[in-house]
Amino acid sequence: MKFKKEKLIEILLFLCAMLSVFTTLGIVYTLIFESINFFAEVSIIDFLTDTQWTPLFTDKHYGILPLLSGTFLTSFIAIGVALPIGLSIAVYLNEYASNRFRTIIKPLLEILAAIPTVVYGFFALTVVTPFLQNFIPNLASFNALSPGIVMGIMIIPMISSLSDDAIASVPGSLREASLGLGATRFQTAFKVMIPSALSGIVVSVILAISRAIGETMIVAIAAGQQPNLTLDPTVPISTITTYIVQISLGDVPHNSPEYRTLFAAGLTLFIFTFILNNISFYIKNKFTLKYN
Amino acid sequence: MKRWSDIIFKYFGLACTFIGLFLLSVFIYKIISIGIERIDWNFLTNYPSRRPERAGILSAIMGSVWIIVLTAIISVPIGISAGLYLEEYGKGKTWYNKLIELNITNLAGVPSIIYGLLGLEIFNRSLSLGGSLLSGASTLALLILPIIIVSTREAVRAVPNSIREASFALGASKWQTVWRAVIPSSLSGILTGVILAISRAVGEAAPLIVVGALAYVPFVPNGPMSDFTVLPIQIFNWTSRPQHGFLVNASAAIIVLLAITLFLNLIVIIMRIRREKLTKK
Repeated sequence: MKFKKEKLIEILLFLCAMLSVFTTLGIVYTLIFESINFFAEVSIIDFLTDTQWTPLFTDKHYGILPLLSGTFLTSFIAIGVALPIGLSIAVYLNEYASNRFRTIIKPLLEILAAIPTVVYGFFALTVVTPFLQNFIPNLASFNALSPGIVMGIMIIPMISSLSDDAIASVPGSLREASLGLGATRFQTAFKVMIPSALSGIVVSVILAISRAIGETMIVAIAAGQQPNLTLDPTVPISTITTYIVQISLGDVPHNSPEYRTLFAAGLTLFIFTFILNNISFYIKNKFTLKYN
Repeated sequence: MKRWSDIIFKYFGLACTFIGLFLLSVFIYKIISIGIERIDWNFLTNYPSRRPERAGILSAIMGSVWIIVLTAIISVPIGISAGLYLEEYGKGKTWYNKLIELNITNLAGVPSIIYGLLGLEIFNRSLSLGGSLLSGASTLALLILPIIIVSTREAVRAVPNSIREASFALGASKWQTVWRAVIPSSLSGILTGVILAISRAVGEAAPLIVVGALAYVPFVPNGPMSDFTVLPIQIFNWTSRPQHGFLVNASAAIIVLLAITLFLNLIVIIMRIRREKLTKK
């Protein structure tokens, strides 16, 4: 009797854990199933090579490139902001700051990642864009630059925290050997610690890129929602995520072509984040083997 | 010469550490200076309106409360159970346990808007729940499950084995040990993860928009099947309007949203610092 109850509980707990597998299957099934319907109407070659994305116009074009260029442009700007700052924080906390300072500042930095993204979007639109227009007069009120920068601020803690862990896991003997040879802390940090922690740092950057390309509300609010095949950060653009939100705000009839474009765009986004995440797991696994 | 680079980097690193927090404080200051005058009893108890000075956030706040409560009811028991299974039962490295672990790490990296598409297809359409609170809460529950599972695992892993062995030695069964020894010892850690996950759910707008939450809701939800909006969507809606009055409203609503998020995160920080002190002793 008791044995049966124990087994039952274990099975229940197991089913809860299995829900994660069903979630993944659900995501993959949903995206692929609706995308197959989409690609029955639109050729995959048009989807990948057409330079216009206008599913809501009378002259319909289904080229994903403008959405991709917007997605990568904002992400690139975000990483350009977050990588130097985040890495400097990681080096500073490991090589210069006291332990006490480090334990206090790390949770405070996490607050940056906890602010809701609509709030960051509002920040980009009403504070950062007008501020940048002082220096870049031809900056449109909706652009890729300002949401990119703000997104960068948001992902600083992601890079700083993961890179900090990576540097902290480098054996202290390497640091001592370098300092013992007469190197300064700066030289030790950049010529010994960073190269030794490189794989962990790369993991943090890849995860940050994956986070940035999936970010939605900041771009939806501040970038203009206009699919534009350009790498010019001063003009309005759209991203994959922005497009999905834009369509969802209207009333989309089920089984309409607009409905299916959501999933084709979603599948494209999912493929990119999936590949990036798995590259990072791969590097991470190799990395942990190295020092153990 | 050598020393200079050290001194410069010391200040540069310090500046980097604080630049994000500095910009955030500037922003919060600006928001408060624009929005604080708008926060009064009427703003909290009015429905949205076409006239900004009459609009309020009652339906958005009540929608957020509904969503959070439903999301927590769905995700907390499942998340904790899954975490317990993986740490306490799933230790034998069978292929399906490895598969589950790989899955959870992968799910944690899936953009929130993809969960929205899942919710749209499964909850909204296939299960015919429409754009209801239940659809939205189920979607957010799946979204925050990985956070709850991972933090439950970390909390449970930190419980010393001696506690389990003592319980077994007294004749307790596996589940009695988990229920009466492991969970109580790891409760604060589990709770920290739950609060963190909920604070994440409070701020989400994108997946709820995709699942079918509405932007204009002039009523308070009356049950899980009701249509709804939430605070972040209301803010998004006001932000995308040209009139200045709505920007003021958006600032005021952001003050309310930030107050909730920062309060939840403060609890998390305090709980973490307490636990670190305890483990050091």
